[in-house]
Amino acid sequence: MDPKLYKFDTLSLHGGQRPDAETGARAVPIYQTTSYVFQDSDHAAALFNLEQAGHIYSRISNPTVAVLEERIAALEGGTGAVATASGQSALFATIMTLMGQGNHIVSSASLYGGSVNLFQHTLPRFGIETTFVNPRKPEEFRKAIRPETRLVYGEIIGNPGLEILDVPAVAKVAHEAGLPLLIDATFNTPYLCRALELGADLVSHSVTKWMGGHGVALGGVVVEGGCFDWEANGKFPTLTEPYAGYHGINFFEEFGPHAFSMRMRSEAMRDFGPAMSPQNAFYLLQGLETLPLRMERHISNTKKLLEFLQSSEEVAWVTHPDLPDHPDHQLASRILPKGAGSIIVFGVKAGSSGGGREAGAAFINSVQLASHLANVGDAKTLVIHPASTTHAQMDSKTMKQAGLTEDMIRISVGLEDANDIIDDFKQALRKAAKATGAAK
Amino acid sequence: MKLQVRGAETFVTTGGRPFVPEQPTIVFVHGAGMNRIVWYLQTRYFAHHGHAVLAVDLPGHGRSQGTLLGSVQELADWIPALLDSAGVPKATLAGHSMGSLIALESAARHPDRVSKLALLGVTSKMPVHPDLLKAANADDPLAYDLMMAWGTGPVGHFGRHPMPGISLIPGGRNLLRMENSGVLGNDLGLCNDYQSGIESATKVSCPTLIVMASEDKMTPPKQGEKLAAAIPNAKTHLIQDCGHMMMLEKSDECLKTLKAHLNCFEN
Repeated sequence: MDPKLYKFDTLSLHGGQRPDAETGARAVPIYQTTSYVFQDSDHAAALFNLEQAGHIYSRISNPTVAVLEERIAALEGGTGAVATASGQSALFATIMTLMGQGNHIVSSASLYGGSVNLFQHTLPRFGIETTFVNPRKPEEFRKAIRPETRLVYGEIIGNPGLEILDVPAVAKVAHEAGLPLLIDATFNTPYLCRALELGADLVSHSVTKWMGGHGVALGGVVVEGGCFDWEANGKFPTLTEPYAGYHGINFFEEFGPHAFSMRMRSEAMRDFGPAMSPQNAFYLLQGLETLPLRMERHISNTKKLLEFLQSSEEVAWVTHPDLPDHPDHQLASRILPKGAGSIIVFGVKAGSSGGGREAGAAFINSVQLASHLANVGDAKTLVIHPASTTHAQMDSKTMKQAGLTEDMIRISVGLEDANDIIDDFKQALRKAAKATGAAK
Repeated sequence: MKLQVRGAETFVTTGGRPFVPEQPTIVFVHGAGMNRIVWYLQTRYFAHHGHAVLAVDLPGHGRSQGTLLGSVQELADWIPALLDSAGVPKATLAGHSMGSLIALESAARHPDRVSKLALLGVTSKMPVHPDLLKAANADDPLAYDLMMAWGTGPVGHFGRHPMPGISLIPGGRNLLRMENSGVLGNDLGLCNDYQSGIESATKVSCPTLIVMASEDKMTPPKQGEKLAAAIPNAKTHLIQDCGHMMMLEKSDECLKTLKAHLNCFEN
């Protein structure tokens, strides 16, 4: 028997919304308002005390943003979601919801550079330490866990090294230690992989990237899986002990599978204020409507570009988890069966008068269709040289840990006609070869 | 709060306020395969407005220990034991789905312990589709999807949950999944076996409210009306554009209706 539940593509369009009852508006209305009129003083008090559901102030929740939150929660299979101003604020708010001074995080070393900065340089000032481990070795996660550890963290598709995290294995390690696993799923989106189904407890996104998909609005989100037992070991008092900031509420007792998202909204959004604007939520919802279609095209274009790069004489090496020679190819085939994302990294061949770094720079300076900028997951093809930009703050040891090399070019494959992308790369590679003396 | 009921640890939520048995007490009873969490958009209000709240995890459900009970009648007889443990002589019973059968049967069998009844998503019989029963007995996740497909209305299938950011179907699916093996199968089995709704309805002597939902496929409003007709002086309320999980889908209307019912009569 087939349960009549709407499928992924339908939820991408309709999740979280029905036509506006008052006006009939089909598109999600932009509720550009800071605040909401209470019915009476009893209603106001009930909202403030979480006795009734509803909106109070747009720093905490907003009807347009709530559609995005509910839609992403439905797509990920989570019990709820909280949207934030950016992916970085989603990560920060999650950490602030789960832990405090003296606590510790175990994280994959293969992360977005901004996240590495947060863990390595910013959080220690607030008494939170992080141990970075090799994402390819789940046992390293186990060894790094301390009594004060409160979170295990990683990206499914590492940035920019494209290491694949064995989510079920790392989830097992985390759960055996009584810890939640937070997965940043920005590079895969729920279209390619639903991390909660693989054992993750929380999933975060920079919605700015593939989820929104058009490079027009910043946003982040955290989705709650709803299955983690926060009370099992007394490590998460923010969720299991009375909270004086909300009349002694015990979030896990009162809200069960919504405990995390209710606490994050009630505290982190209220006190730190990283709210997403309703205008941004609208832009991101427009993008989300076509997520399945765009991801299909991202993946098919990636396959064509991989074929070209592998056959090009000017390319020194090319990496993508869908290639059989990638160290994580088998794992990627298992947990990302539709494709391992649309990021490709490769090195431009060095020549007699210029090394890999110069060759990479010459390539970047020669592309005409692709855009040289610091973003991924746009509808348009993007290129960047991580060693001099997104990961420039890293020292050489951390760079190596993160799987970076100096000649590495990162491509975020867009939705253009694949032949046009290939033609652009052909001419840029030819110019790079001439510039470095590698041309035959 | 933990209570000892018939020797087993029983977990109840008191709505965020200390439990004061001298206050008018409301016992919230959940449906098949669920737990106390389904009432979270009603319990806090009543607890902060002069009521003592016991949103209970039935034996073997949620965080309660104890073995699963095998019939609606057994669960109905368990309610007075819960009240004894809490030091409450008489309480309002609010039940949903299977919980509404338990509340109905309890009011019929123990009229001296029940002051008012609120039955949400109720019919005199609750036959369960054989495919659902089979999947539930096998702990097949298909059962959770069937429960959500039939058990939620437009808010579940499309969205717009009253609590910002909450997704009803994954939330309900996870509540079912988190229960121990055999819980859903047991509960659906006892719903399927229950036959004495009309007979018990005629024995109810306390003020009764029946809340129905226009899009409820599990306990259709027509059947709810038939049961209401058998309960002396029962009142009914129909929530439009809403499915079976009415406490979550239309939480405010549910709360408003319950408030009116509880304030209409002395406890």
